[in-house]
Amino acid sequence: MSLLGDALSHAVLPGVALGFLWNMNKDPWTLFAGAVLAGLFGTWVVGLLTRRTVLKEDGALALVLSGFYGLGVVLLGVIYLIPGARAAGLQNYMFGQAAALSHQDVWLMAVVASLILVVLALFYKELLLNGFDSNYARSLGIPAAILEKLIWLLLAFAVVSALQSVGVVLVSAMLIAPAAAAYLLTKRFHIMLLLAALIGMFTAWSGSLISYVGSSLPTGPFMVMCAGLVFVVALFAAPQDGIISRWRMARNRQLDSRRENLLRAIYLLWEHYGEGTENFSVDDLERRSSLKVPQLRRQLRAFARSRLIDWPSEDQQTFSLTAAGWREARLIVRKHRLWETYLQQAARFPDDHVHADAEIMEHFLDETELQRLERRLGYPKVDPHGRSIPEVHPNLS
Amino acid sequence: MSPLEFHDLTVSYRQKPVLYGIDACFPTGALVGIVGPNGAGKSTLLKAGMGLVPMSSGWVRFFGEPLAKVVRRVGYVPQRNAVDWDFPVNVRDVVMMGRYGRLGLFRRPGKLDRRIVEDSMERMGIGNLGSRQISELSGGQQQRVFLARGLAQQADLYLLDEPFAGVDAATEEAIVVLLRELKQQGRTVVVVHHDLGTVERYYDHVLLLNMRLIGFGPTQEVFNVENLRQAYGGQLNVLSRLALQRARTTEG
Repeated sequence: MSLLGDALSHAVLPGVALGFLWNMNKDPWTLFAGAVLAGLFGTWVVGLLTRRTVLKEDGALALVLSGFYGLGVVLLGVIYLIPGARAAGLQNYMFGQAAALSHQDVWLMAVVASLILVVLALFYKELLLNGFDSNYARSLGIPAAILEKLIWLLLAFAVVSALQSVGVVLVSAMLIAPAAAAYLLTKRFHIMLLLAALIGMFTAWSGSLISYVGSSLPTGPFMVMCAGLVFVVALFAAPQDGIISRWRMARNRQLDSRRENLLRAIYLLWEHYGEGTENFSVDDLERRSSLKVPQLRRQLRAFARSRLIDWPSEDQQTFSLTAAGWREARLIVRKHRLWETYLQQAARFPDDHVHADAEIMEHFLDETELQRLERRLGYPKVDPHGRSIPEVHPNLS
Repeated sequence: MSPLEFHDLTVSYRQKPVLYGIDACFPTGALVGIVGPNGAGKSTLLKAGMGLVPMSSGWVRFFGEPLAKVVRRVGYVPQRNAVDWDFPVNVRDVVMMGRYGRLGLFRRPGKLDRRIVEDSMERMGIGNLGSRQISELSGGQQQRVFLARGLAQQADLYLLDEPFAGVDAATEEAIVVLLRELKQQGRTVVVVHHDLGTVERYYDHVLLLNMRLIGFGPTQEVFNVENLRQAYGGQLNVLSRLALQRARTTEG
């Protein structure tokens, strides 16, 4: 669909040239008619090539795009040779020049825009259905083939009415970039439509402004740059799919894992010291943890802030776990060892394969999954390595 | 009046016949499994019936009429991998599409439509997934969404294309329950089916297909070794033969 828009926008160029040659002036309505006819002819040729020759659709699109565009450039070259035609400003159709728009051009745009809005409003649900599942649309008796042709016609109208301001070469970017940015920002079709229109309006406005301020700069490239900028911003800042929020989620997960791993290391240290130990040496923990010293210190200070550990002495060389600290440490060790037991018993993993997987899964098991696991395994007391699986609330059981 | 009748249906693709001279008249209220090897034209038969692929000869009638006249009485559920599940809509939007045929052009869904949509989702066990993005669904959930959309159509004849493909056991069970309910309500259901081992348990009629019609009728009359050998030829591998034998012995 996006590529077809691209081919269509390039295919209109010979139509513009022929429209000019028709009565040797830049009457917007003649140019419009010529361009729309050429564009539709181009898409028809694409369909013909795909159906009747060995060419696949991408090949047919590329052929039509470059062939029609080349023909258009040749025709414009011929027009330049005609005395007086150079002044008509047809070169503006290549890259767009908003400053060259006449009153009639603006009227044309208004008519096209209202027409498209009316059709969208009338056939909203049919277009939605046809876009998602055209076979199903046809099975409901919706004239999908006619709708599709209607969409092509509207697309041709939109492309041609934007030609003067954006230019043949870049107009397809204005079809795609606002919609792509909107798709990143929402997953509801009607909101996406609105958003894409707003983004399109904003980028057209800002692009024209820049080209106006910079006098006689071409408009199209600036509009497309603005649209590209909006897309990049959306790509990074989109609430769900954006790169920043994904990165933040991954980062949070990593921090959670680090926190839980250190709690488990403390618990293992306690098993190593022997039961009854209350104070842990930070040096001992450093030797048993994979964290670098500054990271470990920072994590311990964070534990102290959230009241998981206490510092019995001022020098902060030893620490003890609070009741809450014990609970969390027992919980993470319980998850780890239950998962190892599960892998060994239910999934028949060999003993020496279970640890690495439990390293990861212990961070993902939530309360309900843990309970299901306990029930399924029959509340075991010992893991495959023969170590005891701690209760989270030992006094209650 | 038969809800679905094929007469001398032939479908070709690139000059090669895919279906050849199919005659079949489906009885009202039947639960029919369409069975045959890969490439036998099972899905094509449904698509040709719905006018989605052109037929080179023959005709199809629904309730004695051409499809266009009775399109509201026919519910087609395509294969779920035929659509783009990243499309920006949620589950409720998709199920609502089942109402579009009845609404007709220009009308927007009303209170009744919304209630039917909620009921249909409830019935397929996805009542709590209404606002879920369709890109976040599992295979089984996708199939439930498609079936709920079909239910929302409130059709008298359902054509389901491979509803059991790649779904979890719970969804398979839910679909079987749905098929029986539809049959009990007197609706006719035609299902493209792949698993020979479950044919006898799921369907009361079987249509055996391999480009041409091998057999069509009540399951116990048609679903036998001779017919299956004809349909599958050398392709009837050990596994499906075993499944068949097992089904035979548990039955007898």
